Amino acid sequence: MPEYKRPSSLMPMATGYCPGCMHALATRLVADVIDELNQADNAINVVSVGCSALNLYSWHGDVIGAAHGRAPAVATGIKRCLPERLVFTYQGDGDLAAIGLAEIMSAANRGENFTVVFANNQTYGMTGGQMAPTTLIGQKTTTTRFGRDPQTTGYPLKMCELISVLEAPVFVARYALNSPKGVSDAKKGIKKAFEMQLAGKGFTFVELLTNCPTNWGMSPLDTLEYMNTNTIPYFQPGVYKDAEAAK
Amino acid sequence: MEKRFMKGCEAIAEAAVRGGCRFFAGYPITPQNEIPEYLSWRLPEVGGAFVQGESEVASINMVYGAAATGKRALTSSSGPGISLKAEGISYLASAQLPAVIVNISRGGPGLGSIQPAQSDYLQATKALGHGGFRAMVFAPATLQEAVDLTYNAWEYAERDRGPVLILMDGCLGAIMEEVELPPMKELKIENTEDWDLSRANGRTDAHMITPILPEPALEMLNRAKGMVYNMMWPMDAKAEEYMLDDAEYVVVAYGIAARVAKEAINELRAKGVKIGMIRPITLYPFPKSIENLDYSKVKGIIDIEMTIPAQMRDDIELQVKGRCPVHEYGRSGGMLLDDEGVYNAIAEITGGGN
Repeated sequence: MPEYKRPSSLMPMATGYCPGCMHALATRLVADVIDELNQADNAINVVSVGCSALNLYSWHGDVIGAAHGRAPAVATGIKRCLPERLVFTYQGDGDLAAIGLAEIMSAANRGENFTVVFANNQTYGMTGGQMAPTTLIGQKTTTTRFGRDPQTTGYPLKMCELISVLEAPVFVARYALNSPKGVSDAKKGIKKAFEMQLAGKGFTFVELLTNCPTNWGMSPLDTLEYMNTNTIPYFQPGVYKDAEAAK
Repeated sequence: MEKRFMKGCEAIAEAAVRGGCRFFAGYPITPQNEIPEYLSWRLPEVGGAFVQGESEVASINMVYGAAATGKRALTSSSGPGISLKAEGISYLASAQLPAVIVNISRGGPGLGSIQPAQSDYLQATKALGHGGFRAMVFAPATLQEAVDLTYNAWEYAERDRGPVLILMDGCLGAIMEEVELPPMKELKIENTEDWDLSRANGRTDAHMITPILPEPALEMLNRAKGMVYNMMWPMDAKAEEYMLDDAEYVVVAYGIAARVAKEAINELRAKGVKIGMIRPITLYPFPKSIENLDYSKVKGIIDIEMTIPAQMRDDIELQVKGRCPVHEYGRSGGMLLDDEGVYNAIAEITGGGN
């Protein structure tokens, strides 16, 4: 039996995330993969703004805080100067798909050789549950009290679909963290992305569908079923682009 | 020393490379495009990296990332783009990362005009971004001075762990002059240890570089920075003092305005007017030369800037302290100061030389 241990990239402390929040799980998956690849001393975690910023304090390896939405730009500067390091951003959906849309699309289009881990929980968690670019149609938030109305707010942005039409990215995939299989697949996806980066293949993007029990106003268990019936049908998990598989 | 006849923007780009710059990110904007154009081929020659960013916002954040690796990083822009970079410049200050920013300034406000102006003095010296930090601001008046200040700008940025601004106007960016180029700097890796993610010096512990801090730590950082600004930086203040000994009138001007004013001063001197000039080379820290003038002799200060209304005037008045009148003359919006206009304005104020 393999021993279930704390990954070496995480501090021996509570994460600060709300009970049942999948940010903690997503962070752990990344840290586990880093250990499996023996990259704890080589990784640089570019932390974004939002709940994901809590990783600044719980991450035990090299870590740098970026401005809201700018993590792909910061990672570009780092990776261009330190090409041998394993560089990744960890960004939420408000950060990546709204204020940072230019930075993510341009870094992807340049084929920057780093990995983006994108936690999509369809809300702005840190600021108290406002509508995100990924909020589902009809979903209630503090700025869409009667549910998101596409007439005035448009439709949830599908980032994997957008990024996979670009030429440069080499791996683009989405996983849902509300089932054991989803978690297991997500870990494999993160590992594949990191391995492709270490091999110098190019830009890799892993989207993780996560929850927000606090701002969705649900128990953690209820969020799992909500994701099955609402989130997953719209944001379909799968590998959207894999340059290795195409060969 | 190697002498070359160079255009302003290209001269500071080459000076940056020789000063150790190994990363540049920027976005096209007139009148500074020759800087990214030059560095796009020059940096790869010396093992550096050039990125044409998708915006000024992205570019300054690329510089933030590059600075965190211990590399000397640079970005350049003009007024509208510097406004966009304000976010990243503030983050550099907060995360205590050294970097150099060049503003080849143009007419403002707004999109303004693409012609040269000195309209960004207040932005440069008072608030390059939110949150109440300061950056050292260098304002060269010749291309040789631009080369020398750029060459040494990272020494200040690294000593004080923050952004440094070089403020030039579009005239200086576009003119050609002979410059002596200093030799390529040999950089020491060990002095970057405090902020360097690269582990180049064998560091084994993890680094956290953060633009957000717990409240007591942030207050402590701001107190420490306040002491640097108020106690250490005044010693770095630089100014050129010209014909002040018997001066009854003193022009205060920087950059291109000082060059035009000097011509007028020389002509007025030839006609017997006792006039001199103080030319701040550092705009922040603002030199104390004006405070120490002999006000039993000085009848007036004349603030000449290529912007209307004058922006340096408040800093001048703080040193004059009402001891003599302060006059101002300028052009604005991309309309250039010229010899005749400046001469006539000074002659009218001094009542001489006609």
